[in-house]
Amino acid sequence: MSFDDAYQALTDHDDDARWAYGTGFADPLAGVPTALPDGVDHADLAAYCLMIGDDALIMSHRLQQWVTRAPELEDEMAIANIGLDLLGQARLLLTRAGEAEGGGRGEDDLAYLRDPQDFRHVRLAERADADFAHLVARLLVFATWRLALLDRLSASGDPVLAAIGAKGVKEVAYHRDYAAGWVVRLGDGTELSHRRMQAAVDAVWPLIGELFEAHPVELRLVGVAVDPSLLRAEFDGVLAEVLRVATLHAPGPGAGPGPSSAGDSSAGDGSAGDGPVRGRDGFHTDELGEILDEMQGLARATPGGVW
Amino acid sequence: MTQEAAFTATIEKDQRIEPRDWMPDGYRKTMIRQIAQHAHSEIIGMQPEGAWITRAPSLRRKAILLAKVQDEAGHGLYLYSAAETLGADRGDLTRRLIEGRQKYSSIFNYPTLTFADVGVIGWLVDGAAICNQVPLCRSSFGPYARAMIRICKEESFHQRQGYELLMTMMRGTEAQRDMVQDAVNRWWWPSLMMFGPPDAESPNTAQSMAWKIKRHTNDELRQRFVDMSVPQASALGVTLPDPDLRWNPEREHHDFGEIDWSELKRVISGDGPLNAERIEHRRRADEDGEWVRSAAAAHAAKKQGVRG
Repeated sequence: MSFDDAYQALTDHDDDARWAYGTGFADPLAGVPTALPDGVDHADLAAYCLMIGDDALIMSHRLQQWVTRAPELEDEMAIANIGLDLLGQARLLLTRAGEAEGGGRGEDDLAYLRDPQDFRHVRLAERADADFAHLVARLLVFATWRLALLDRLSASGDPVLAAIGAKGVKEVAYHRDYAAGWVVRLGDGTELSHRRMQAAVDAVWPLIGELFEAHPVELRLVGVAVDPSLLRAEFDGVLAEVLRVATLHAPGPGAGPGPSSAGDSSAGDGSAGDGPVRGRDGFHTDELGEILDEMQGLARATPGGVW
Repeated sequence: MTQEAAFTATIEKDQRIEPRDWMPDGYRKTMIRQIAQHAHSEIIGMQPEGAWITRAPSLRRKAILLAKVQDEAGHGLYLYSAAETLGADRGDLTRRLIEGRQKYSSIFNYPTLTFADVGVIGWLVDGAAICNQVPLCRSSFGPYARAMIRICKEESFHQRQGYELLMTMMRGTEAQRDMVQDAVNRWWWPSLMMFGPPDAESPNTAQSMAWKIKRHTNDELRQRFVDMSVPQASALGVTLPDPDLRWNPEREHHDFGEIDWSELKRVISGDGPLNAERIEHRRRADEDGEWVRSAAAAHAAKKQGVRG
């Protein structure tokens, strides 16, 4: 097939300069041994990869829903970028889950052919955003928590998880920065934006407790998984500082983060790891059903299709 | 030398006009209109494919599509910036778009009915855009020419990704092959219309060619696109929906059927399948974002005040 003139003019060079971004994308798993580490329960490792993979997959889906609706072009770019980063993390983690499981399922089998109760993300990830303030509040909480998590994951005893964590740290540091910037601008912007930003913070607050409840799988995978209850202090410190600069306040006692939280008492104190831990055990809101109808519909409607 | 003579000499030497150079009002107005229409097309063009991001049938295709739509936002962003070097304002241009006072490419008023449309848009629509835009890398207006180099590189990447998706689908099920052919049937003629009216009815072409902000006529570019697409269609295994399409050894070009110009006129004048929806979507996003932009401006003003 001959690519004539117009294409030729762009592509007849041998060097990589013809691609706007070059071709130097690093494979985050290059040189990383992919054998499952010794002494690790494969089912637990698979379950854990699904947990933090589904967090990224579902959060990415919510970000994708903002594309073409952002308040400014710079935000179109940023939101798509964050969605892409998280989608990339999800793909690596679902692939690792499939490897650990050993049943031949790949990233697409896991993303497209599981039912709602088999998803393992925290419920923060699936919440729809009523407006831009809700998006940035949710993203601030998600990214602050995930950055602390990935930072520790980069020292995981599973070399694949460690590599995914190290890659993700660079990405999610930007996500947190982007969200914090907007929380501050909206909190300390106009009277209207302040009111909306505070309402968004209030709305996201009840979903925070769940992020730090250790799941039995996480506790069993010592040295491989991250115990989320250890991330609380860092998270609280960052949130407190962002809210202060944004002239916002943490919702009052009974709703706020911190060990004395009464709003999440039904979930246990989060340290024993045997309480009902919600999303991690497959308990989701109806919103997940809507997400999966949208995400999985076409893939399921074309059995045998290759894409 | 007068300012006008200097301008003309620069053009004749095939050198670039830069934002601070003197230029005739007509040149400035035409450039703003051309760049703004191109920027609007990138932004409106996010919608037809953007609608499939959340529904993409594999995670790889989802990532490719999301990155592509993000690229389009980026193209819009630097095109608006190029227009701003001529004294235009992005907010004002956006208002002109949503009030229907400025145009965008009519191709984006057609619906994307199946996922094969994503591939066909990459192959044909981006392919036609490349034919149109590669010569604009030599536009006499410097900022636009430089923006076009980067845009064309990314468009050519999108074109290949679209073609690769179609190749993959053609190796899939019978239903997938039908989906591809159906999409080709729907997008072929609108793609040919992307080059604009026939030369005989394109009144601005002569002036634009003289100013070197247009390098080839509409019909020349359309012919080039048809000649490029025919072997690609054959490699793909699809039929282009034109019974008159055949190689003409005397012209050394493909002959092709008569384009339905009344359809193009109808869609340009606002009566296409989705004109109203596309603009309404953009208007709503702009309106929903107003309080956010005001807050950012208020915050920036406060910070400025503090820094004194």
